[in-house]
Amino acid sequence: MSSQRTLIHGMILGAFCLGFGMLLVMTNGFTVDEIALRAIEDRQNSLAQVIPDSIHDNNLATDTLILKSDQGNEVVAYLATKEGKVTGVAFETSSPGYSGAIKVMLGVDLDGKILGARVLAHKETPGLGDKIEVKKGDWILRFTGLSIGNPPLDKWKVKKDGGQFDQFAGATITPRAVVKAIREGLQFFDANKTKIMEFKADKTQTKNTEADKAPK
Amino acid sequence: MTTDYRTLAREGIWTNNGVLSMMLGLCPTMAMTNSATNGLGMGLATAAVMTASTLLVSIFRNHFSQEVRIPVFVLIIATTVTIVDMCMNAWMHELYKVLGLFIPLIVVNCLPFARFEMFSAKNSPLPSMADGFFMGVGFTLALTVIGAVREITGSGTLFADASLLLGPAFKFMEMRLLPEDTGILMMILPPGAFLVTGLLLVAKRMIDERSGKAVPVSAAHCAP
Repeated sequence: MSSQRTLIHGMILGAFCLGFGMLLVMTNGFTVDEIALRAIEDRQNSLAQVIPDSIHDNNLATDTLILKSDQGNEVVAYLATKEGKVTGVAFETSSPGYSGAIKVMLGVDLDGKILGARVLAHKETPGLGDKIEVKKGDWILRFTGLSIGNPPLDKWKVKKDGGQFDQFAGATITPRAVVKAIREGLQFFDANKTKIMEFKADKTQTKNTEADKAPK
Repeated sequence: MTTDYRTLAREGIWTNNGVLSMMLGLCPTMAMTNSATNGLGMGLATAAVMTASTLLVSIFRNHFSQEVRIPVFVLIIATTVTIVDMCMNAWMHELYKVLGLFIPLIVVNCLPFARFEMFSAKNSPLPSMADGFFMGVGFTLALTVIGAVREITGSGTLFADASLLLGPAFKFMEMRLLPEDTGILMMILPPGAFLVTGLLLVAKRMIDERSGKAVPVSAAHCAP
């Protein structure tokens, strides 16, 4: 008797799971394309902040190249091309901050000069560490135009460590992490520069073959 | 049983307020009230989910047995939250970027469960929906007030970034009440949440006592 009751409860619960599960499947079906579109738009918006419009005529979010970092992680590089030539690259770099990783989107041109840097996500203390966000302060903008060599590598530190970058009152760990993330990002770019240039070769090749075919 | 919507509204917003009387949903209350805008956003999202889920529970109230009601409640709240999450992500993306963080947190809120158990599972759909809605409004008010107190004392602003949540027309709500860098940092960090919630509880009890109303029975379990 009691096992029969258990069976009934199980069936009721099963029916509810099935019904609500189907509801979720339907909602997912309706929204999945829209959500994917929104994700690409977001990606484009954050890329547009680190790569100026004037240097590219392609869709940054879709021309990507997967690179390997020193730690063996995969890094997605978004390539800026103009008339088939690579003019710059944007990628994500990160470093542990005061609480959790600070993710920075870094745009670099082919000379290794920073086109723009923006903090994508962080969990730093509000009011102290969050001045690294562009909407809370212009600190992150001062990296634009710098490269390794300007300042020299041993000056890529916060002032407290003998470098040239200001820390904030009450927060040293946060800016130290951002400086480190950007410095490592630039070194990563140097290490992968040839691969990034190769992308251009591929691209122009396909373009040329298409152009060759066209007149015939 | 006839339903008195005015009583439902008074209960939800004041006498039986989710946070300040029943002491439920304290996890999102503590975590999301570091500014008035965040409190308002979390409150509105919770109110929307509560209105929809109390309606669903009430519709199906005769179809599930007592033994499996808790899993069914979990299923209903999880489904509603997920659907709201996906729809907002697809069609209200700007709002989603502000609120998206809070929405999954609604699942761990005890307030909807308490209302399912106490009200929706025993009443017809319309009153249940009204109950869910007013409880949600009460929750929103409590969170906004806690957020406002913490934001003013902690960062010196009020409703900062409200235009991101409600649209550019609400830019006028954004105020700076104290000069920059004068706030007490602790108030926007976790300890501030406990302090302000505690002080607001005291304030509500004092108002209730002064107006001659006995402290509601449902609050007795958290009295010493």
